[in-house]
Amino acid sequence: MISLATTTRTVLRGRKLPRSLIGGGLILVISLVMAIWPTLFAPYDPNLFDYNALLAPPSWDHPFGTDSFGRDVLSRVIHAYTIDMQIAIFATVGPFVIGTLVGAFIGYVGGFWEALFGRLVDATVTFPFLVLVIAIVSVLGPGLGNMYVAVGIVGWVFYARLVASEIKVQKRLDYADAGRVMGYTPMRIVFRHLLPNAITPAIVYWMTDMALAILLGSSLGYLGLGAQPPAAEWGVQIADGKNFMNTAWWISVFPGVAIVLTGLGFSLAGDGVAELLRVRR
Amino acid sequence: MPLFSFVIRRLLQMIPTVIFILIVTFVLVRMLPGDPASAMLGDRARDADVNRINHELGLDRPLIVQFFYFAERIATGDLGNSIGLKVSVLSLIMDRLPVTLMLTALSAVIALALAVPLAFVAAFKREKLADSVIRGTFQVGLSMPVFYVGIILLTVFAAQLKLFPVGGYGTTLPDKLYHLFLPALTLALSFSAVLMRNLRASIINVMNAEYVDFATAKGLKSRVILLRHILRNALISTVTLFGLQIGTLFGGAVITETVFAVPGAGRLLIDSIYGRDYPVLQGLTISLAILVSLTFLLTDIIQAWLDPRIAR
Repeated sequence: MISLATTTRTVLRGRKLPRSLIGGGLILVISLVMAIWPTLFAPYDPNLFDYNALLAPPSWDHPFGTDSFGRDVLSRVIHAYTIDMQIAIFATVGPFVIGTLVGAFIGYVGGFWEALFGRLVDATVTFPFLVLVIAIVSVLGPGLGNMYVAVGIVGWVFYARLVASEIKVQKRLDYADAGRVMGYTPMRIVFRHLLPNAITPAIVYWMTDMALAILLGSSLGYLGLGAQPPAAEWGVQIADGKNFMNTAWWISVFPGVAIVLTGLGFSLAGDGVAELLRVRR
Repeated sequence: MPLFSFVIRRLLQMIPTVIFILIVTFVLVRMLPGDPASAMLGDRARDADVNRINHELGLDRPLIVQFFYFAERIATGDLGNSIGLKVSVLSLIMDRLPVTLMLTALSAVIALALAVPLAFVAAFKREKLADSVIRGTFQVGLSMPVFYVGIILLTVFAAQLKLFPVGGYGTTLPDKLYHLFLPALTLALSFSAVLMRNLRASIINVMNAEYVDFATAKGLKSRVILLRHILRNALISTVTLFGLQIGTLFGGAVITETVFAVPGAGRLLIDSIYGRDYPVLQGLTISLAILVSLTFLLTDIIQAWLDPRIAR
């Protein structure tokens, strides 16, 4: 990781940051701040029932209106950042780390393991991702923890495939041979030398994957298989409001806007990172 | 016949995949909490009845024996009976899957109709205002969850403007298409974003190819160049993407069918999870996975046919 940071710094020197990275990064920083300190921004307790303001339309008191229990929609949208940003990170970190390690091993060793892994990839991509995750979550029981496990069981394969194919290219290059001639252990060659040069596509994919994780997490929340009510989570909120769309559209519409904004932040940042790192090649 | 031997080779490659699909599904379904007998009989079931039903379903045998029974039955097309609906799973799936296939097919058509012209405009006006607007709009579409788009379209076009039915499924073909239009549009919006991105990139690639310059130099009409030279070649990579995206499309169909109350395989899947209907869940997962791997096979064959070098 140290050499990765150094190369990144070398790349950055004298270059303008891509606009997409600045825009996306800004959205993500704001999202993270709201996720960590929601009480600084939310005007009300997200679970406070106000029976005098049921289904109240947007007003100065409640800028995003209230839901069928009189809960302030703005406060719930803000508090949901905590859960949804957590989904983006927790649902992807495990697959990223495991996939990178397995991919590095498979790419370097090759042979039997590579063939076995190839079959595993073939079989994994034939299951519609959402169907498989839904099936696993229904086996383990609804809830966020089980959702992470379900996504982890399936998700690492994609990272491993990316890293393995990059390592395969890198290990044939001269500097890898040089390492072997110097008598370095395979561990040292892979982790100190090959991996920093092979990890870029996985990092770029990671950014996109975080956006996908939010879409997946909110979809499961909507179906009742993810975060459980009364938790403030965007998908759960949209499900709460779906029967009131004709009379109180604000319950569902605002959480959706938050999903789109955050997703946009991740994909812009992902495009930016890709653009930044592509220069190196 | 390199194409023929290629098809045979690809078919053989499917065997381990199918075995793996069976193992995963079997393990998954066996791990489900709560046993189906209690689900069938309700809370006040007597132990004796539970044991009898477990015996009838073969659930008291060793796991490995159950797996071979399972594989044998699947191979003969017997997917068991639905616990909740008391009919054969195969007939249920045969009943519901065509609805989902029609939904995905219709959404693919809509997605192409949206993506192809807009990808051309974006590619030809590259880095100009039109390109930014088109790409920006699709980027937003890509970040929208399917269920959210569905709820909004449903509210605006069905409930408020009353242009479309609020849900369900018709009886005649035009009626079915009419019922499926909004759900298909919902699915198509995110799908077309993926297609548009890819098509735009490959059109830009193809535009710079020498054979396009050659066609221009020959004095061909620009319409002919556009359709016969650029679009045709740009579509090759889109065929691959299409195949790879079919799984995502099925996943989206699960959610869209739930939002629009479409009686398809996706709705059935969600219902079977809530109702702990193991055989249905199992049968559906297997059928969908096999359907996807058949699609992969088909796109590989189409590609090999378009570009014979692949078959070698």
